[in-house]
Amino acid sequence: MIAVIDYKAGNLTSVVKALRYLGADDILVTQAPADVLRASKIVLPGVGHFRATQLLEYLGLTKATRAAIANGTPFLGICVGLQWLYEGSTEAPETPGLGHFSGQCERFPATFEGNDLKSPHVGWNSLEDIRPNSRLLSGIAPGSFVYYTHSWRAPISADTAATTFYGGAFTAAVERDNVMGVQFHPEKSAETGLQVLKNFLAL
Amino acid sequence: MLTKRIIACLDVRAGRVVKGIQFVDIVDAGDPAELAHRHARAGADEIVLLDITATHEGRGTLLDTVKRTAASLFVPFTVGGGIRSAEDAAAVFNAGADKVSINSSAIARPELIGEIGASFGAQAVIVAIDARRATNSADPVGEAEVYVSGGRKPTGLRVIEWAIEAEQRGAGEILLTSMDTDGMRNGFDCELTRRVSEAVQIPVIASGGAGSAAHFAEVFLSGKADAALAASIFHFGITDSRALKAEVAAAGVPMRLPC
Repeated sequence: MIAVIDYKAGNLTSVVKALRYLGADDILVTQAPADVLRASKIVLPGVGHFRATQLLEYLGLTKATRAAIANGTPFLGICVGLQWLYEGSTEAPETPGLGHFSGQCERFPATFEGNDLKSPHVGWNSLEDIRPNSRLLSGIAPGSFVYYTHSWRAPISADTAATTFYGGAFTAAVERDNVMGVQFHPEKSAETGLQVLKNFLAL
Repeated sequence: MLTKRIIACLDVRAGRVVKGIQFVDIVDAGDPAELAHRHARAGADEIVLLDITATHEGRGTLLDTVKRTAASLFVPFTVGGGIRSAEDAAAVFNAGADKVSINSSAIARPELIGEIGASFGAQAVIVAIDARRATNSADPVGEAEVYVSGGRKPTGLRVIEWAIEAEQRGAGEILLTSMDTDGMRNGFDCELTRRVSEAVQIPVIASGGAGSAAHFAEVFLSGKADAALAASIFHFGITDSRALKAEVAAAGVPMRLPC
């Protein structure tokens, strides 16, 4: 069973629809820690404000997720779901993230190299520096386009599996063992996005 | 590199895609789900479905159309027309839309922008603005006015000021349609698009007047549009997005290619 965590941060329909399209029929949209603990895979979608992740702590899902990933359950965070894997975000400094990856998520700068930088970063941008051993991005060519919509971004670290360039490079995908995240929306990124989800389902 | 988006718009009436020619004749252009997929396969970066009648009676048809269209569409999908409340928006999201476009209802009650954003995120709310340049003005673009009710009713609001307010109230994007250029196929209103784009931080989608690849290149390069939307040129096999995008890219605009 694939647990798709519902923490009232945006619309889950698209993510569930894409997983079903790829043949995953045992999907449970849930808020229950017990479901997360018994799931074979966990997906944490989410768009909107980082503060929404407070509900994960409140519902006991932070603890359950920590236990599940320690047991090796594959985990995929999407958008704010990726950001939550870090220590926190300047968007909601009072709300801690899971802290699985080190660093803080920060807002795009208002200017970059002397030019105004629009924020949010919305649209199709390319994946660069794809780590050759990434399981999540297996079969995806550098320069492939994916769809983004976000104003905060995760820093680059040794766990970064791919970068995207907008006002400097940021983490497009992060991956260490069974814990993964993508800043873009694979469910809205045509064939490239479906390949990412297919790779995750195949783990 | 962030690319500029080409958005295919489907005008839907009673569950069928229609397109007015010269504003009057309505020509049946096909099934929305089928056309949306054809556009996505042909390289459109997003799909917008506008319910142009948006009657209360048509609500069920619209939701059914949205559901059918969204079922296997994996590019961003926006629905507009007749969304008057956060409940209306929720129904459209649950049917599979990623964003909603609101127009008259946002002017009638600007709080609606924030209400939809609170549940579904700012990125899910597009505020559509129908604009007409001012006549007898020293600054016809700066004083361009917002119209509602399918362009029939002037509101007294200035386009640039309303765009700024929409952003402050939490709009994720602005869909700017020039009524002066709409349907003419002589090019977008680049001056108006540029002024709005420079006034807000959020992306601006230009609409109205697309007739050729050169028009798209122009609205991206001189109009500073983040995305451009067109309807009629994509129907009836006049051109497809892939060919269009290759031409726009050749003019120096970053495009998602291959797509």
